[in-house]
Amino acid sequence: MSNMSIFDISGRAMAAQLVRLNTTASNLANANSVSTTKEGAFRALKPVFKTVDGGAGISTVQVSQVVASQTDPTKRHDPGNPLADKNGDVWDAGVDQAAEMVEMMETARQYQNNVQVLQTAKSLTLDTLRLEK
Amino acid sequence: MANNDPLFGLSGDALKLRSQRMSLLASNIANAATPNYKARDFDFQKALAAAQSGTSVDAAANQAAGYRVPLETSLDGNTVELSTEQTLFAENAVQYKTTLSFLQGRISTVMTALRGE
Repeated sequence: MSNMSIFDISGRAMAAQLVRLNTTASNLANANSVSTTKEGAFRALKPVFKTVDGGAGISTVQVSQVVASQTDPTKRHDPGNPLADKNGDVWDAGVDQAAEMVEMMETARQYQNNVQVLQTAKSLTLDTLRLEK
Repeated sequence: MANNDPLFGLSGDALKLRSQRMSLLASNIANAATPNYKARDFDFQKALAAAQSGTSVDAAANQAAGYRVPLETSLDGNTVELSTEQTLFAENAVQYKTTLSFLQGRISTVMTALRGE
């Protein structure tokens, strides 16, 4: 018998999905930021999901780390920008906005799935408690 | 084990197995976005038959366990298909509730007999 309850499983999965939603929000908030150098430009942050084994085939998930993505910042000619370098170029943040929106929707769906699991488990547990009546 | 349970028959073992399977399916749903996670499940009929022939409930669930064969493969090696897992989870929840009402009926019968009204 595993010592991990269904409330641990779904609760921790919800926490992980929330971290994912936070990184997406942060990426979208920084999507229009510019930088003078390529190195200084913002890169999208991505959480790394990892399975946490609870024994007896049961497991939940956690975010093991948050890494900067490989999406390269793009160079744009904008001499009027106060952040432009000597060639008149700025670097736009390396964020794929469409992909982030898709990620946001997927995260919301999976968060909802876990909420639903939790609700079902809760009502069945309460039904079991009320068994003798 | 529960084969010799004169009061509740196989319902006790069935309820434990249903609860175990619910945790397993919840694990699959929790890991829907984890790369390389392989969805697990167990054959309820087989597990119940093993539990009835004297194996402990945990061992019975373990013996009947296996990995799910996905309908489509995914790039990140994850074999969780949310539609499948959701359907099975709902089905399992209904069956848990059914077992619960069998138990409830049994308990009320016994209570009536005890009261002798």
